[in-house]
Amino acid sequence: MATQTAVTQQEQTTTTGGSFTYGHALTIVSGVLMIAALYMALIWAPDAVNLTAPAERAAQRIFYFHVPAAWIGFLAFIVAAVASLLYLITRKQKWDVWALSSVELGVAFFAMVMLSGPIWAKPTWNVWWTWDPRLTISTISWLLYIGYLMLRGAVDNPDRQARFAAVYAIIAAMSVPINWIAIRWWRTIHPAVVLPGNNSGAQGGFGMSADIRTTLIFCLFAFTMFFITLMYHRIKLENLKRRVETIRQQIIYQ
Amino acid sequence: MTQQIKSLTESRPSSAAKTGGIGGYLRKVFAIVAKDVATELRTKEMVSAMFVFSLLVILIFNFAFDLRAENLNTVAPGVLWVAIIFAGMLGLSRSFILERDQGVLDGLLLAPIDRSAIYFGKMIGNVLFISVVEIVVLPIFMILFNQPANILPMLVGVVILGTIGFASVGTLFSAMAVHTRAREVLLPIMLFPVVVPVILSAVRLTSAILDRTPFEEVSHWLTLLVVFDAIFVAASFMLFEYVVEE
Repeated sequence: MATQTAVTQQEQTTTTGGSFTYGHALTIVSGVLMIAALYMALIWAPDAVNLTAPAERAAQRIFYFHVPAAWIGFLAFIVAAVASLLYLITRKQKWDVWALSSVELGVAFFAMVMLSGPIWAKPTWNVWWTWDPRLTISTISWLLYIGYLMLRGAVDNPDRQARFAAVYAIIAAMSVPINWIAIRWWRTIHPAVVLPGNNSGAQGGFGMSADIRTTLIFCLFAFTMFFITLMYHRIKLENLKRRVETIRQQIIYQ
Repeated sequence: MTQQIKSLTESRPSSAAKTGGIGGYLRKVFAIVAKDVATELRTKEMVSAMFVFSLLVILIFNFAFDLRAENLNTVAPGVLWVAIIFAGMLGLSRSFILERDQGVLDGLLLAPIDRSAIYFGKMIGNVLFISVVEIVVLPIFMILFNQPANILPMLVGVVILGTIGFASVGTLFSAMAVHTRAREVLLPIMLFPVVVPVILSAVRLTSAILDRTPFEEVSHWLTLLVVFDAIFVAASFMLFEYVVEE
């Protein structure tokens, strides 16, 4: 039975000795890092020199959380795709748990990207939304992975749920680069601050001074740690959930 | 119901007789296509529903956009592709319903054939049904949107490439959606975000054909469409066995 192997696996992963676990350590480290990131983004980092309007200057600081959130969003989907591939090859529940946790976090971080983006875009571009490639690809990726969660929700059989979800995650991950090319050819006005491109029509771009760059790199690091922490807890939670389900089944059918 | 099982059992000896080689593989694929075609010819429910639906989509767009002569060419490609994709979705969502409800899939899985042959059989069947609808809808579209007949061959080419694109992933997802509680509802949610490149490139190519844009300016879209088709046919072909294993 797949469920029994799952229990032994979970016992290995959930037995963490002592009262102070990796989970606690990770939580404290990423908590400190996120507070430091907030300080750096809101207070320490200087204003962008070429932005004159106060609203634009204030909104520019969204960038320190917007870019890392987008990075985590894509990272989460890469992790999910790799874990899904590993699940189909090895059939270990562990990888299914990884994929599910990663997609859930990716959807949350992309929601953050999509909320912070328009708040910045309104003072800078004077519109809440445009059909720019980066905006469009983020929306499509977000919808792709909401589809993943809906697919999981609609399948009852746990084994089939894991298989279908893995197949879907692989196709979804493959479609993101092709979507990106198609949408980029379609149009572009998003400023290429991080990955310079030849989008001469970009609006609202700003020069990155050394301090701005330092803050951004620090925020990227803090978000990555935050993501690892959340993954750790989400994986543990999912393992516990599955263990409870297995025990419940055993009690009912004894 | 019994007809498809009968046509399946009829086709099985011929396909099982010769197992090796590409010829044997193709024979198995076409046995499955023949089964679907035979079922469809007897009921005609899928193709007729898709056809009427796509006509309705074109009609509704006429009301919604109040199409006048000056903006015909701007909206025409979009209207055509929304009609095709929506009608195709209708057909794809029905694609595995009989397979599941009548136990045909179990029969197919028990048959001595490669799993990928089932995928190709179902996919070719889907492309065929959607193409039949397109063959009738395209001339009607051209009459309603006042297009000259000489662009028809190019349009057919783009339409076929686009159809292969969304039917390739669509067949794979349809086999999954049929085993979910939500069934037909889930298929468009899964499929639309994946086939955005197909829609984008097909619409671009169609509008280039309608506007007589030189081919060099849009050739990259054609490349993208062909690449999408190749990648997703290959990926679906490899992943299909994980969907149907039971």
